[in-house]
Amino acid sequence: MIPEIGHFAVVAALVMAMSLAGAGLAGAATGRSTWVDACRGFAAAQAGLILLGFVLLTVSFLRDDFSVELAAAHSNTLLPWQYKFSAVWGNHEGSFLLWTLVMAGWTLAVALAGGRLEQAFFGRVMGVLGLLNVGFLLFLLLASNPFARLAPFVPQEGNDLNPLLQDFGQIVHPPMLYIGYVGFSVAFAFAVAALLSGRLDAAWARWSRPWTNVAWAFQTVGIALGSWWAYYELGWGGWWFWDPVENASFMPWLAGTALVHSLAVTEKRGAFKSWTVLLALATFSFCLVGAFIVRSGVLTSVHAFAVDPERGLFLLILLGVAIGGALTLYAMRAPAIRSRLQYGGLSRELLLLVNNLLLVVAVAVIFIYTLYPLAYEAATGGDRISIGPPYFNRVFVPLMFVLAGFLALAPAARWKRTPLTVLRRIGVLFGIGAALGVLVSLLLGGVLKPAATLAVALAIWIVATHVDDFGKRRGVRPLGYLGMVTAHVGFAVCMVGVAVTSEYSEGIDARMAVGESVEVGRVSYTLTALDRVRGPNYMADRAVFKTDDGVRLAPEKRTYFARGDVMTEAAIRPGFFGDRYVTLGEPVADDAWGVRIEHKPMVRWIWLGALLMAFGGLVAMADGRYRRLASRDAALAPA
Amino acid sequence: MTRARALLIVPLAVFVGIVVLLYSGFGLGRADLHPSALIDKPFPDFELPTLAGEPPRRSRDDLVGEVRLVNVWATWCPTCAAEHDELARITGETGIGIVGVNYKDDPNAARAWLAERGDPYLFHIIDARGDLGVDLGVYGAPETFIVDAAGVIRFKQVGAVTADTWRDSMAPVVASLQAAAP
Repeated sequence: MIPEIGHFAVVAALVMAMSLAGAGLAGAATGRSTWVDACRGFAAAQAGLILLGFVLLTVSFLRDDFSVELAAAHSNTLLPWQYKFSAVWGNHEGSFLLWTLVMAGWTLAVALAGGRLEQAFFGRVMGVLGLLNVGFLLFLLLASNPFARLAPFVPQEGNDLNPLLQDFGQIVHPPMLYIGYVGFSVAFAFAVAALLSGRLDAAWARWSRPWTNVAWAFQTVGIALGSWWAYYELGWGGWWFWDPVENASFMPWLAGTALVHSLAVTEKRGAFKSWTVLLALATFSFCLVGAFIVRSGVLTSVHAFAVDPERGLFLLILLGVAIGGALTLYAMRAPAIRSRLQYGGLSRELLLLVNNLLLVVAVAVIFIYTLYPLAYEAATGGDRISIGPPYFNRVFVPLMFVLAGFLALAPAARWKRTPLTVLRRIGVLFGIGAALGVLVSLLLGGVLKPAATLAVALAIWIVATHVDDFGKRRGVRPLGYLGMVTAHVGFAVCMVGVAVTSEYSEGIDARMAVGESVEVGRVSYTLTALDRVRGPNYMADRAVFKTDDGVRLAPEKRTYFARGDVMTEAAIRPGFFGDRYVTLGEPVADDAWGVRIEHKPMVRWIWLGALLMAFGGLVAMADGRYRRLASRDAALAPA
Repeated sequence: MTRARALLIVPLAVFVGIVVLLYSGFGLGRADLHPSALIDKPFPDFELPTLAGEPPRRSRDDLVGEVRLVNVWATWCPTCAAEHDELARITGETGIGIVGVNYKDDPNAARAWLAERGDPYLFHIIDARGDLGVDLGVYGAPETFIVDAAGVIRFKQVGAVTADTWRDSMAPVVASLQAAAP
């Protein structure tokens, strides 16, 4: 009965979503405040019902109910309980149920916090979110039912969770990423509501900003977690692969980053109106396109779920209606673009415009490269090619360096125009940054690597201009400003991590028997033992290494019982200034193994920087100014 | 309409183009969403012990000559148990011979498994270490290959053979290969 109750709860949630859409849009159109007020109840009921469905599906997994097809295919009695829990979203159907749960959660949050909004606007926002919920729930129920039973054949044992997913990363990465992905729907709904109202003023941008910041922060954490997980779990020490599904999460992140900045201009200066609306629509559109790429199987990827063309078609229709509808509305209602610039010099507007242009070009390049194999296949009638990391890096890396250069100017820049005296000071700081960059790079490896040197120099410059500005501002440091400084410093930290790891990592592949030693990065590694160990649902070969400075590292090669999958479990000694990373290859004789030993300097800075960026986003969101001004906007709004 | 307003239609136009491209993605490679590099390549050479023990070993020569199914299975694989009845039905109705590859398994457990469920296969070879599996690019069990009379792999099914996959994807391939065979 449990899965049937869950299924019924989600069907009931669909009814709530339809009511929400109807009440919100019709209430706004006819001015009936009781209908608009009813939205809160519908949003709460929807969220409660989906949560119930999600909990009941989780119960089926925890109880090893293999009559539930999803549990039979992705769980196992031997699976440790925390992975039974995360196995719920380690597959297409369950993860989409999580997606709808997150969507319902955001909808409820907006419903509860939206009391300050003008009523008709609130009704439209609720209506648009309701429509999106309807679309996602229809897709879940019609094309991806997670509650389906296996009848009449009920297996005694489940097929187990893919061993790659039996990891802490799988527990936290998808929820974080989805909170970000789906959270951009709020900015989307605000933008559509603003287009419907015909009121594209500073107010909608002000309302959107905190929501967009939160979504962006969560997505930043989600992507960082995914990268960190890939780094330690996939076993070859890479942290970014330009895989189609990584790109699917990275494109909305880049567009969202542009949006966070563009919203600032629209709010403060009333400029970039049409552009900001378009970015808000585009950011969530990239989220939907990403979901399509992951779940339709048109592009093959390490992340791809079980492939089903029917699902892909359903998603494509959903995508077409949601994005196509919004862009049609945009073409009809957005204010005409004025080309007259009302700012000069190195003004803040100009810098933010440059920021937007660079980020959008980056998105466009990634998008084209990601879809290029598909277009190529269509054009040639079946030939396949793949576009590797070098293509992406060649364009993306220079763009980010240019972005970093402009970023250093950010704190000192003023609206309308920036005084020249400020720029002179920034030039001096650049000199300091460049000198220190060369020095640090020399200390790192004794040789100057161009990208790492440039990255370190730019990063020091960025930190210097921000610290300098921070010091000069005595007392005038609202949370929005503190958030910006934190996020920008995070960007600098992340950039240093990326460049230094990429250029200064060293490693060797060796054949080692017990008692033998090799040297990597002035540290000697000795293989002291080879064991067979048993885990809860696998057997493993384990090698134990000791270094001459007293570190013990024990990488494993695991064979999981249920599927016979073989997994490499890297042994990592993390450090602030560098990781040691040891993996087992294949046995080359009875008592010898192929091993890979690597030093990865400053790799942690990549994720540390990302966390700083996310933290900055959250700090800025907490700025009380948005709420105070939002109340004023609502009070001033025409009745 | 002014030029400035016309610009606002550009995003919609770009989006329509993208949807057309994504839609075209469905038509491509639908038959082999996991394209095996082995399609239209000869079945790899092997000489492996048999599950029945008589004859003690079988090689690739025992496979070629007729259109056959090669089914990779194991007792640790619940889907293989689910698939078993369907394979029995297929060979019962069409007479096509199925060769079993017992993959990374315990041979005694495998014999007991077959004794309990029945054995519709021509014969089984034991691929205990998964070497043949590596040559075949096996992701996991079950996987089923259609091999033509000349010993060339013509189709690969990842996951269970069901009544639907047999009727829609596999039976037509087998029929055309049997028609082409002398």
